[in-house]
Amino acid sequence: MANQLLGYQESDGFIYKLSGASKLLFFVLVSVACMTTYDTRLILLVAIFDVLLLKLAGIHWKQISFVVKFITVFAVLNVIMVYLFAPSYGQEIYGAKTVLFEGWGPFYLTSQELFYLFNLSLKYFCTVPLAVLFLMTTHPSQFASSLNQIGVSYKVAYAVSLTLRYIPDVQEEFYMIRMSQEARGLELSKKAGLMDRIKGNLQIVIPLIFSSLGRIDTISTAMELRRFGKNKKRTWYTHKAFSSSDSLVVALAIIILLTSFGLFFINRGRFYNPWH
Amino acid sequence: MDSFIQFKDFTFKYDAQAEPTLKDINLTIEKGQKVLVIGPSGSGKSTIGHCLNGIIPNTFPGEMTGQLTINGKDAFGLSIYDKSHLVSTVLQDPDGQFIGLTVAEDLAFALENDCLPQEEMTQKVHDWAQRMDLLDLLNHRPQDLSGGQKQRVSLTGVLIDESPILLFDEPLANLDPKAGQTTIDLIDRIHREEGTTTIIIEHRLEDVLYRNVDKVVLINDGRIFFDGHPDQLLQTKLLAEHGIREPLYVTALRDLGFNVEMAEHLSDLAKLNLSGFSFDKIRSQAQPLPQEKVLEVKNLNFAYRPERPILKGINLTLAKGERVAIVGRNGAGKSTLAKALCQFVEAQGEIIYEGQSIASDSIKERAERIGYVLQNPNQMISQGMIFDEVALGLRLRGLEEPEIEERVLATLKTCGLYAFRNWPVSALSFGQKKRVTIASILVLNPEIIILDEPTAGQDKRNYTEIMRFLDQLHADGHTIVMITHDMQLMLEYSDRSVVVSDGQIIADCPPVELFTQSHILKEANLKQTSLFDLAEKLGADPLALTEFYIQTEGGSHG
Repeated sequence: MANQLLGYQESDGFIYKLSGASKLLFFVLVSVACMTTYDTRLILLVAIFDVLLLKLAGIHWKQISFVVKFITVFAVLNVIMVYLFAPSYGQEIYGAKTVLFEGWGPFYLTSQELFYLFNLSLKYFCTVPLAVLFLMTTHPSQFASSLNQIGVSYKVAYAVSLTLRYIPDVQEEFYMIRMSQEARGLELSKKAGLMDRIKGNLQIVIPLIFSSLGRIDTISTAMELRRFGKNKKRTWYTHKAFSSSDSLVVALAIIILLTSFGLFFINRGRFYNPWH
Repeated sequence: MDSFIQFKDFTFKYDAQAEPTLKDINLTIEKGQKVLVIGPSGSGKSTIGHCLNGIIPNTFPGEMTGQLTINGKDAFGLSIYDKSHLVSTVLQDPDGQFIGLTVAEDLAFALENDCLPQEEMTQKVHDWAQRMDLLDLLNHRPQDLSGGQKQRVSLTGVLIDESPILLFDEPLANLDPKAGQTTIDLIDRIHREEGTTTIIIEHRLEDVLYRNVDKVVLINDGRIFFDGHPDQLLQTKLLAEHGIREPLYVTALRDLGFNVEMAEHLSDLAKLNLSGFSFDKIRSQAQPLPQEKVLEVKNLNFAYRPERPILKGINLTLAKGERVAIVGRNGAGKSTLAKALCQFVEAQGEIIYEGQSIASDSIKERAERIGYVLQNPNQMISQGMIFDEVALGLRLRGLEEPEIEERVLATLKTCGLYAFRNWPVSALSFGQKKRVTIASILVLNPEIIILDEPTAGQDKRNYTEIMRFLDQLHADGHTIVMITHDMQLMLEYSDRSVVVSDGQIIADCPPVELFTQSHILKEANLKQTSLFDLAEKLGADPLALTEFYIQTEGGSHG
C-alpha cells in the first residue's frame, strides 16, 4: 500500500516502552510551555533536548527529512511574513534599537528583530520533533487509548483511530475511481485548465463520498452490534499501565511547564530580554 | 423442544416505505437449530435478520404488528445493546467490519465495550484465538489476511460474546470458492461444539448445503413459502419459481429425467440413491475456439514495491470474440492483471493489440480498445441522468453533440436501456446500474471488455439479467473477459478459463477441463462443481455430463 509518512517503527528502546499516554501528555504540556514563553534559554534547551530524544529513539534523518524540510519551508515563510508585517516589532519588545542593516524605508533590520524571529522559529523546533517522536514511537493501536487516557472522550478517540485505519482504503478507492474516470476521458493532468481540473476532481469526489458514506454506515453498524457506545467508559486491550518511567516523563513535562510559567514572572512578561 | 425464537403474525413496515416488507410471518426456531433463510434480493430475508439483531427498530425505525419473542420474552423493542447479548451477528464483507488495527484488538472489541479488565480480556482473546487457530495472526492487520482468515477473525470476534444465537448475514459474499467452503465448515463446527442456535441468511443455497442444516426457510415478497427440511424443498419447484439457484446436481438430475419429486436425501448427494439410473453419453468434439488474435501480452511484470512483485512474467493471448474467465484465489493478482491491461497501473512488458504495440497508450486511449467495468457500479457513476452518464466519455472527447446523441442512443438500445434514457440513475436496480456502467464503457467502442466480478452478491434474477446481456454483447462480436469466483458462471458463460496464482498464469484451458486438474484447483482455491460428484456417483464421464448440462441449461435460465 501507499508508503506511510511517519509510520510507527518497531523497537524496544526506552521511548518505545513508554505508555502512549505519557508521551502524548509530554508532547501537549511541553508544547504549551514552549508556545507561551519566548524565553530563549528554555526553548533552546528544549530544542536541544528534542534532538537528543530523536537520537535516542534511533530515528534516522532519512525517515524524517521530508517532514523537516516541509516544516522548515513553512517556518521560513512564516518568519518572512512576520518581518514584512512588523519590521520594528523586535525593538518595541526589547526596548532597544541596534540597526544592523539600513534596508529600504521601514524595512530595516535590527538585532532585536532578528532575535525575536530566531525565538519564533525556535518554537517550531521544540514542538515538531515531539510530534514526530510520538507518532513514530507509539503503536497506532495505542493512539485511541492514549487519547482516552488523557481525558478525550473514547468515542472521539476512536473516531481518530478509525480515520487513521481507513485512510489507506479510501486512498485506494479514490485511485480506482479516478482511474475509471480518466479512462472515460477525464483530463486531470496539468494539460487541462484549472477550472476543468476542479470540475473533474468534483466528479471523482461525488462517487467517493457516496461510497465512503456506505463504508461509515457499515462500520458504525458493526460497532453498535458489538456494543460500542453502551457504557460511559470502556477498557482497552492495548492499554499500557503507567510505569515509574512514565511518571518521570510526565513529571519532567510538568517541571518544564512550571519553569515556563515561572520565567513569566522572572522576565516580567513572555520575553527574555538580553538588552535589559 | 421449545420454540426459542418465535415470529407470530409478524408484519413490519419500514417508515421509509409504503408497503410492509414482512407480511404475516409465522416462524419458529428451536434452541440449537441451524437454520438457513434464503430468498432473492429484496425478498425480506435481511429484514428478518435486522429484526433479530436489533438494527430494526433501532437504526431503521418502522411499524410492527404481531410478536417477536426470544426465549419466551418479547424481544422486538430491546435496545441494540441488550439484543447483542442474545444475538451475535457476522455481517457480510469482513473488510467493512474490522474495527481493530490488529487481529487481537478486533477480537477484544466487544469485551472492551463491556469494560472487562485487561487481564481477563487478554486471557479470553488468547483462549479463543487458540481454539480458532488464530494465535499466529494476533498481531497482524486484519486487512492483510486471506479471505478465509478474515472470515475466521470476524466470526471469532462475535463468538467471544458467547451469545446463545449466532446470525450470519450473507457470509459467503466475496469469498473465493474454497474460502466459502471453509467458512461453511467452520460454522458447522461451531454449531456442533457450542450448540449455538445458528441462523444463516444467504442466497447461495448449494454452498450452504455443503454441510447439513436442520431447516430451510424460503422467503419472497415478505412471505414465507417454505419452512422445512432441505430434502423436501429440493423436491419441489419452489426454488426456480422464487429466483434461487438450485444445486447444480439437482438441476442436472431433473434434466436427465430423474424423478426428483420422489427422491430421498436430495440435499446430500453422497446419500442419494441413484441405483438403476445412469448417464452414458460421451463428450462431443470440442468446438474450435475463435483464432483471430486481438490482444497479445508478453512478459508482463508489475510491482508496487520491487521486493513484492504482483505480476510475474504474464503471457496471454486473447482471440476476437472469446469469453474468458480469469479465476484464482483472493489476492492472486487477477485484478492487478486487469488494471495493467487497462493501463490503470503501468506494468512492464509488451502489449500488442491487433498487431501494433500499445504499451505507450494513455489511459484514455487504452479505454477505446479495452474497457474496464468495476465491480461496484457506484464507483463509476458520476452523472445524475442515464443519458449523461453514457455520454460522458464522448463529451470528454470533444465530439459534436449530434454524433454523441446518435452513438449514445444506439448504445442504450443495445443495452436495453433506451426506454430509461431520460431517467435518473438513482431510480435503477443494481442490475440496471451495472448495465449503465457497461453502456458507458461500450459507447467508446472498445474491442475488449473486462468485467470485475460482474455478478457478485446478485440473486438469480439479476445474475441472469447481467449474464444474458453479456452473452448478447458476445454475440455482437465483443471479446469479454470476466474476473470471477463463481465456478458456475465460469462453466456456463465462458469458453476459456485463465487461472492466476501468485502473479502467474498456472492454467489456461476450457473451463470443463480445469475441473479435472485437482492440483490446479487446490493451488488456486477453486473447487469442482457438484456435477463432478454426480458424474462420479453415476460412473459417467464428468466432462460429458457437464457438457450435457450446459447444452440443456446454458443461457436458458429464466
